[in-house]
Amino acid sequence: MFFQVLFQGLTSSNTWQVTLEFAALLLLPALGGVISERSGVVNIAMEGMMLTGAFASVMVTLAANNFGLSSAICVLFGLLAAIVAGGLMALLHAYFSIQFKTDQIVSGVAINIIALGLTSYLLFEIVPVGVPSLPDRLRLPVPPLGPLANIPFLGTVLFQQNVIFYITLLLLFGVQFLLFRTNIGLRIRAVGEHPQAADTAGVNVRLLRYLCVVSSGLLSGLGGAYLALGVAGLFNPNMTNGRGFIALAAVIFGKYTPLGAAGACLIFGLGIALSYALQGLGSTANVINLLNTLPYIFTLVALVGLVGRTTPPAADGIPYDPASD
Amino acid sequence: MRESTALATTEESSTPLAVEMREITRTWPGVVANDHVDLKVRKGEIHALVGENGAGKTTLMNILYGLIRPDSGEIYINGELAHIHGPRDAIRQHIGMVHQHFMLIPPLTVAENIVLGHEPGGINALYNARQAREVIENLSKQYGLPIDPDAKIEKVSVGLQQRVEILKTLYRAADILIMDEPTGVLTPQETHELFRVLRGLVEKGKTIIFITHKLREVLELTDTITVLRRGKNAGELVTRQTSQAEIARLMVGREVLLRVNKMPAKPGPVVLHVEDIHALSDRDLEALHGVSFDVRAGEILGIAGVEGNGQSELVEALTGMRKITRGKLTITQVKDGQAGVTSDLTMLDAREERLVGLGHIPEDRRGSGLVLNDTIEDNLILGRQRWSQFSWRGIVLLLRDIAKWAKRLITEFDVRTSSAEAPARSLSGGNQQKVIIAREFSADPMALIASQPTRGVDIGAIEFIHRRIIEQRDAGKAVLLISAELDEIRSLSDRIAVMYEGKIVDIVSPAASEEKLGILMTGGHVEE
Repeated sequence: MFFQVLFQGLTSSNTWQVTLEFAALLLLPALGGVISERSGVVNIAMEGMMLTGAFASVMVTLAANNFGLSSAICVLFGLLAAIVAGGLMALLHAYFSIQFKTDQIVSGVAINIIALGLTSYLLFEIVPVGVPSLPDRLRLPVPPLGPLANIPFLGTVLFQQNVIFYITLLLLFGVQFLLFRTNIGLRIRAVGEHPQAADTAGVNVRLLRYLCVVSSGLLSGLGGAYLALGVAGLFNPNMTNGRGFIALAAVIFGKYTPLGAAGACLIFGLGIALSYALQGLGSTANVINLLNTLPYIFTLVALVGLVGRTTPPAADGIPYDPASD
Repeated sequence: MRESTALATTEESSTPLAVEMREITRTWPGVVANDHVDLKVRKGEIHALVGENGAGKTTLMNILYGLIRPDSGEIYINGELAHIHGPRDAIRQHIGMVHQHFMLIPPLTVAENIVLGHEPGGINALYNARQAREVIENLSKQYGLPIDPDAKIEKVSVGLQQRVEILKTLYRAADILIMDEPTGVLTPQETHELFRVLRGLVEKGKTIIFITHKLREVLELTDTITVLRRGKNAGELVTRQTSQAEIARLMVGREVLLRVNKMPAKPGPVVLHVEDIHALSDRDLEALHGVSFDVRAGEILGIAGVEGNGQSELVEALTGMRKITRGKLTITQVKDGQAGVTSDLTMLDAREERLVGLGHIPEDRRGSGLVLNDTIEDNLILGRQRWSQFSWRGIVLLLRDIAKWAKRLITEFDVRTSSAEAPARSLSGGNQQKVIIAREFSADPMALIASQPTRGVDIGAIEFIHRRIIEQRDAGKAVLLISAELDEIRSLSDRIAVMYEGKIVDIVSPAASEEKLGILMTGGHVEE
């Protein structure tokens, strides 16, 4: 019975479509995490940045709609708002951890808590009934890809995805290229490995770290918009529900490379999609809570076995102080 | 630029100043690192900046390179007031610095390390590995510094890493080169090579500031000298007109004994018995092929040899940090010239060996001698924290007793620190070494293994450490001394064992000539 359902799940195009959707959703903050950690700033605040982005995207889209702007413009504004909001939260993290050399874990935790409190508070201040949902025309669209979408199986899996999915794919290769093929990428890696060496070589350590941390916020914010405007079509308090942390796990399992993180996100995505499929076993509502943890346990075991030990950049998490030896 | 005596003293000399630092002051909480220091360096000379560890040499140069901001003072480069707020400003002023602890990024390649921050094409371009390689190969040729641009730094020897650092400064078009204790990590051959390179650079018009505390190097290489003592300028000298003794006196502020004074040894019974010891290297190849010797109570046995001939493995095998695959190691307690209990150490670990009376000064004080982030107090009881003297039933530390103990040792061993609770990291190299020596000697060991005890330590501290080691010998301890400095081995040891390729090839008297030792150390045979 169990294996029958599992087999059905694995062969259904729907499962794989959901896998890719969730993988992309995790990959956006994960790419941000890779950039930030590569520059030597530990970022556990992707969760909060994503949540802020999700909130801003829904609120701004609805507000623009109230102004009577066209649907496309409203969504575009929502998207931009999400990116900016995520970036601002990241700027806060950068300010604390680079300027004041605060412990980066503490700063990250603070930002996650602030994001949760702030978005929940503002939500009920602005929309007293709570949980604003969006009509279909105010959601991120699935671009029509014509005949491609009609290919059996592959069409469903690859060519009926949200527009952000394709942007994420581009970003994945973009970030990989940026980090390993460009001069600025060389500097980012240098700053994360040995900031003092980079500084004495003439690299502006603080500026680069600022840029990298803020980038992680921009990407996480975009991820939040994908979640709210694309996948869910609404905003809920705490709707990210730990996805930012799973993205962080993907960064680590992916050995701090964009492609590695993408691989990890795929496995996480498959786990989530399978847990949906397994709900078809007709279990009671409560068992589903347990089923939801299955993908993580299963991926954790698989990843530990497959990937083994990962080494973070040597100076990851250590504030840079030029005067110390 | 060795012209006249007037050079170093008169302002209106014909050679312009490349660097002038005026009244530089920098304080840390509780310490004045630089106290109104003046420094004048003329164009095209090699200028020695000497002083004991902690005298403020590195601080002064970090200020010149923009890594540290002075509290007050001015810097003139080529006669013009320069505002140096960071390394980028220094690079713009054509100043380059080779730091004592290299500023290289191990997982990156030689080329990537050299061009970092000033890559061909600038920050917005793709990384052009081919162009970087070409630029570096040209520089290599121009200055006679061959290097493989594609090698990873972590796979490259220390001597070559230093070459990469020099190329880094040349790539950034440095005219003024600061070398912070560049010879501390080099073999004699590499040092020789470095001096050749530096002389070549001066011929090409560069100016070099050479930080060191090795007086022989000062006399051999430099033109002029500035001496720092406890953060102050203690004098300026012209190398040709001075002597080791004068420099040493200015550095330390008193007359220094450059030679070791000791009485003849009175060897007693054998304490440390090493019999046919075999051990593997880190790469699982046999590094020790049957080493045997005895160290008697009241004598110093020196081990001479070119580094990498198994000395490190020998020390680790003896101190329980490396497995002895074959052979035997015993220690005998000797009291009043009478041999007592003998214990077998062959299979014991480091903690157990210390309990039966083996003291150890490890060669890598930062790696295995100290816990750098812990306080000096904690480091002084490291490994002995369970003793009843320091803890209640081995569970709760008696902090007040530890503090008292630490205070005593700090005074007795002249550890210069603002506080016993400062982290060991904050101490200069010589003072870090004194902490280790204080800890090991105060445990009253029967046998003492001192590995490179004065590496990277200033002369004041060297004198102190040598005296302490001889005191231990005279107190009837067995001392095994391993050092890459042949002078040190010859002046301290009562017998010298020469090690070559994992074996003791001969045991000779310290009166043996340097030539004879040199031949033995390189695997040759000496006909009696």
